Formats: sequence, C-alpha cells, structure tokens
Amino acid sequence: MTATLTPQVESSRPPSLQPHGWLRYLSFSVDHKVIGLQYLVCGFAFYLIGGALAGAIRTELASPLSDFMPREVYNQVLTLHGTVMIFLWIVPVVNGAFGNYLIPFYVGARDMAFPRLNAVAFWLIPPAGLLLISSYFITGAAQSGWTAYPPLSLTTPAIGQIIWILSVLLLGGSSIFGGINFIATILKLRRPGLKLMQLPMYCWAMLGTSILVVLSTPVLAGTLILLSFDIVAHTGFFNPGMGGNVVVYQHLFWFYSHPAVYIMVLPAFGLVSEILPVHCRKPLFGYATMVVSIMAIVVLGLVVWAHHMFTSGTPPWMRLFFTIATAFIAVPTGIKFFNWLATLWGGRISLNSAVLFSCGFIVNFVLGGITGVALAQVPFDVHVHDTYFVVAHFHYIVYGGSVFVIFASIYHWYPKVTGRMLNEPLGRLHFLITFIGFNLCFAPQHWLGLNGMPRRVAEYDPQFAFINQLSSVGALLMAISTLPFLWNVIASAFQGEIAGDNPWRALTPEWLTSSPPPVENWRGEAPLVTEPYGYGVAADELDLKAASGRDLWSSGR
Amino acid sequence: MPIPPSIITLVLGMVLVLGGLWIGQNVNLLPVDASANAPIYDELFRVLFSIGAILFLGILGLVIFSLIRFRRREGQLADGLAIEGNLPLEVLWTAVPAIVVLFIGLFSYDIYERMGGMAPLGHDAMTQTSASASSSVQRVWGGIGTPALSTTTEAALAPPLPVEVTAMQFAFLFRYPQGDFISGELHVPVGQPVTLAMEAKDVIHAFWVPEFRLKQDVIPGQPTVLNFTPTRAGRYPIVCAELCGPYHGGMRSTVVVEDQQAFDAWFAQNDKLSATST
Repeated sequence: MTATLTPQVESSRPPSLQPHGWLRYLSFSVDHKVIGLQYLVCGFAFYLIGGALAGAIRTELASPLSDFMPREVYNQVLTLHGTVMIFLWIVPVVNGAFGNYLIPFYVGARDMAFPRLNAVAFWLIPPAGLLLISSYFITGAAQSGWTAYPPLSLTTPAIGQIIWILSVLLLGGSSIFGGINFIATILKLRRPGLKLMQLPMYCWAMLGTSILVVLSTPVLAGTLILLSFDIVAHTGFFNPGMGGNVVVYQHLFWFYSHPAVYIMVLPAFGLVSEILPVHCRKPLFGYATMVVSIMAIVVLGLVVWAHHMFTSGTPPWMRLFFTIATAFIAVPTGIKFFNWLATLWGGRISLNSAVLFSCGFIVNFVLGGITGVALAQVPFDVHVHDTYFVVAHFHYIVYGGSVFVIFASIYHWYPKVTGRMLNEPLGRLHFLITFIGFNLCFAPQHWLGLNGMPRRVAEYDPQFAFINQLSSVGALLMAISTLPFLWNVIASAFQGEIAGDNPWRALTPEWLTSSPPPVENWRGEAPLVTEPYGYGVAADELDLKAASGRDLWSSGR
Repeated sequence: MPIPPSIITLVLGMVLVLGGLWIGQNVNLLPVDASANAPIYDELFRVLFSIGAILFLGILGLVIFSLIRFRRREGQLADGLAIEGNLPLEVLWTAVPAIVVLFIGLFSYDIYERMGGMAPLGHDAMTQTSASASSSVQRVWGGIGTPALSTTTEAALAPPLPVEVTAMQFAFLFRYPQGDFISGELHVPVGQPVTLAMEAKDVIHAFWVPEFRLKQDVIPGQPTVLNFTPTRAGRYPIVCAELCGPYHGGMRSTVVVEDQQAFDAWFAQNDKLSATST
C-alpha cells in the first residue's frame, strides 16, 4: 500500500531539479527572481565591508597625522574600498539585482533569455569578492588605488596586485554575461504584442547600460591582462623603463571606467522612473525624450573618457575636445531631471520612504551633476583634479545618486519580494539620518579640494583638520543610518504588515501577480501592459468642485 | 485680487537669478591667488558657481515645493493629472541647458587660452631652456605653455626662468640650469614667467600649487611642461596630487615667491657656474 502512495504524493508537485525553500538562495538556481535576490543580498554584504573600509579611512583622516594605521595599509584600504563599492556593490546591485528581478516581468517573460548564464554570472561574484578581500589577509591587498595606474601598480607588491586583477577580471566577466543576457531578454523575449516604446523605462535604461557593458568592459579586461603581463612576465607595455607608455594605460582604463559611471547611474535613472509615477499617481512625464536621452548618454558616454586625464600627458586639442563632449552630457541628463520634476508637479505624492529617497537622489545628483559640468572644464579641472573636490563630486554621483536609488527601490519593491510591508517610520528615520550624514560627510570635501587637500592621502595640512573631522562625523552618521534599515528589513520579513499583491496600486506587470510571485511569474498567461504609466485622471474628468484653479491652469492644455 | 501665477513665477525666477549672481560674486571658497592665471581662474569659478547656484537652488526649491504642495492629503484617493508631456516645455529645457553648456564651453576655452593652455608645448619650452637643449629635442607630452603675451606687459619683457623639476618617491627636486644647482625648494621672483620642464624618476606624480591654480602630472618617460607667472610674494605649498606610494600624503615642498633682489641673492648664494670662478 505504501509503495503505491509515494508516487501520488510526489505527483502533486511538478518534478523539479531546483531546490525549494530558503536553500534555493544558496544554490545554483536559474530562477531570475532568486538570482536577483542573490545579487542584492550578496551586494549588501559587500556594501557593509566597503562601508567598514570607508569608516577606517575617515578614522585615519580625523587627525592630520598618519596615526591610525600604517601608510601601506591605508593605501590597501582605499584601494579595496573603491573596488568593493564599485564592482561588488553598485554595479551588481543596480544591474544584476534589480535587472534580474524586474526585466523578465517588464517584458512579459517567464525568465531571462539565458537562465544558466545568468546563474553563472552571479556565482562569479562571491568567489571574486572573497578573493579580493582575502588578499588583504594573505599577502596584503593591492596598494595602487582602484585605478591601478602603472608604474605604481608595477612597483607595489606584486601578489596583491595580481589578485586584484584576477578579481576584477572575474567581476568584469560576470558583468559582460549579465549585459548579453539583458540585451537578449529585452530585444527577443518580449511578449507578443508588446512594442519597444511600450516598455517600462527601466528596460530602456538596462538596454543602454548593457550596450555600454558589452562595448567597454572587454577593453578593461584586455588592459588588465596586459598589466598583469607587465607584472608577472616583465613585459614592457606600460613600463617606461622598457619603452612602455604609462598614459596609454590611462586611456584604455578610462575607456571602460568612465562608461562605468553610467553603468552605475543609468539603471538608477530607470528605477527612479518606475518609482515616481506610482507614488505621484501621474504618468511618467516625457516618455519619448527619456528614451532618447538614455541613448544619447550611452553614445556620449563612450567619447568622454579623457576628461579624467586633463593633467596627464595630453595635448591641448585633446583637452579641449573632451571638455566639450563631457559638458554636453549635461543636456540629456538635464532632460531626465526636468522630466522627473514635471512628474512630481501636480501629482498626489505619497511622502513615503521610497519617494523621499528618490527626491534625495534628485537633489544630490543635481549637485553632483553641477560639479561634474564644472570639472569638465579644463581650466577648472587643472586646479581641482585629484583633490577632495573630485572625491566629493563622485560620491554625490554614486552614493547620493545610485545608493539612494537602491534604498528607494528596496522600499518600493520589498512588498513584492516578501509579501510584507516595511515599517514606514523606521524608513523615514533611515532617510533622515542618511541624507544628513551623507551631506555632512561630502559637502565640506568640496572646500577641502579647492583649498589644497589632494585625494588618497593618509596625512594632510593641519589647517584642514576641523573640516575633515566634520566629514568624519557625517561618515559616522551614515554608518549609524544602516542600523534602522537592517532592523527594518529583517524584522519586517517576519512581522511586517501583509502587503497584498499590489499595495501601491501600480500598473507595471510585476505588480499584476501574487506577492511573492510564483516560479515562472504568473499562474496564467503573462499580462499585456501597453501603458505602464497609465495613471492619472484627464483634465476634463476632474471634479470641478474639488479641484483648485491651479490644477486647471497646470493641466497643460 | 489674487496675483496671477505667471507673475509670481517671473518674480521668483528673477530673485533666483539675482541671488545666484550675488552668491557667485560674494562667496569666496578659494585660497589666495598668487599667479597671473589665478585671477582668470577665479573669474571662471565665479561664473560656474553662479550658474550652479541658480540651477541647484531652483531645483531644490521645485522639489521641496512639489513635495509640500502636491503631497497626498488625508482622504484624497484620486490620481494626479494625466500629463504625459508638454512639447514647448521639453524643447525649452533641452535648448536652454544646451545654450548654457555651449556658453560655458566657449568661456572656458577663452579662459584656458588666456592661461596659456592652448599654446604649443614643445617648441617654446625647448628653445628657451638652455643651450644644451639643442642637441636633443624632446617631445613634450602635456602641460600648459607660455601664456599669451598680452596678459601682462612684464611677461612680455622678462625672459622665462627655466627650472627642471624631477619628481621621485617622495620628493621634488628643482634644478636651475642657469646656475647648475639643485634645490629642494622652488624659488621664483615675483612677476617673472617661469617654465618648469618636468619628468619623474619612478612613478607618476603631480605638481600642484593651489595658490597658483595649476597642476600638471609629472610622468616617467614623458616630459611635461608648466608655465606660470607668480604675482604675489609668499611661501606656498607644492603638493603631490597623484597617488605615488605610501608616503604620498607627505610628498610636499614649498614654492618661495620673493622680490627680484631676494631671489638674486638666493641665486648667487647657490650658483655653481659663477661660484667656480672664485
């Protein structure tokens, strides 16, 4: 009797080679939602490590003397901080985590185009990250900054540098696999009937980003392989003592690493474009111009790299060309920001944590963009290049921009992923401490750079001590701000209010399924969403008694 | 009678622009200026700061206003207005930034030319350094050439003082070819143009004097030049601005700008070419 019973029990569940329950998050799962969460949690773990490294840097800089750690260790710490934050936190999370979770929903697919490649792309990250971190404990990590400029990278201890190169090559490979997968999914896996210009904006952002990844990351890989030959086999590609050219390395490096900035912020732009319309109850303003400006940023982003080299071995004409090209990126970027402001205008905005972080992003990124246009001007850059002004600028872009959006996105999609709401007061507290701490940490650094403090130093002129201490207090606040967030995310997973399938009354396809979504995303056929931003009431449907004169005036008719 | 919204917008816009211009003219974030190109740089800084302040305060104000004015109030369930675009508005905010960016680009080109940034690099520097230069003409890979002669009349009269800068872990050395001696500090007379011919021994360094608003990488194997005219006597820090190893933060020196007499006295004290005759 028992022998006949067993097959019946098993047939109630479809046979699957994939593990179930929490174990699947530690497995080689090919479910895009599992992979997305793997990226997110793994990235956040590395964010905590990178944050601890930042804390070490700010502790060292709380006094003008190099008294907290040895100078070699300080250089290792700043190298690891940059590499971890870029390659293990922001790039994997804004691309891998949200991209994998959302893109198949948005195109109406049941998974990514290449699920196994997708899993491979994720599983390259933990070993690469552990390799990088462990190099610190084994032989000492790389000491030449995340830029690894030769000849410094050729003369610092070789093993740390080689491990750094290996780790970045693995992470670059992961990034390329992901990029190919996104391009194929967005272009080829769309549900029949869904046109490109009907896709949610995040799809366009990921398409643009993935084009950049696929075009520029191989250049970095090739460059680092040549650099490793110089270190291991004593070739002379970048070694001036053997006829090599150190400036060529800088060109090749920045050919990837400037687009890398857009690889970190374009997906963030896409995520904000998803979050704001839902909570403002308005359509995304200027869909077509948003698409055009993303593609303009992609094209321009590939021809601006030498603005990182205005004080290097570059002739006058080159400095001038890259000034103009760089400054013009402000135009498509500006279009996007004005479109978001117009999306806010006249809305019914819920002031929740997701919106607050999105608006914090707008404010921070505008400041970072303004200093960016200034830095693009050669004569301006000649003074502040490689100073704390630049440190402030790019933290306003990657932290004030991308990281704020990551938090906004977690507040927005947490109900979908877990089926439970996050605690709103704790979320606002998190926003408040993060916003104040971030601005206190990085705004004063503009002044430091203008007045003579170079970046990447363990010791500095004592006249800068007070402003540096102010900045360190801001960094401490940023560290503290993680605590309410962590508590919120962990506690709400068990005790949070039940969210329901669509707590925000959103129209994009990921909300048109259960929370959390089933394997393969929908129980029936995938919904066809041709108007992902179809919120709002038309002006002629307004209740005239409830509307104010301003509502009618600003209706755009 | 209520004031029409268009008038309020216009007034706010004017206040914002005037406020931004005032901020740009009156907020001073830069150290003292001590070279001929520093006041030119500060002019660019004020323009950028004004434009930036107008833009930032305007957008900050719009965000805060929208969040307060358009927040969802108790009992409101309806959506906002279904505005999907507005062509004249979108053309406006594409055209205006494009014009502003173009203006900034042309303005900073003008500034850079006045600083000497567009002057040819190799020719000037090599003919003026010393007689030995004629034997081997080196390519100069980057830097800032001689400023246009119109900037100061003194600059047109006095020939530039050549100094050869060698950067190494973790010091700068300054060789005066006219006196064939090496100094750890850079001494220059007020008002005379200086031409630094720079090359590194080991890794990339950068020569930066914040009070001169000038920086140039010092690269192994690729000579660079930096031309400037000091205008204010004093002692200013020379800072290495390119990560060069563990003691990068300690790699500093001093530039001493002094009047011609003091400089001549210092030069005579160190001069080896004329000292050998005594």
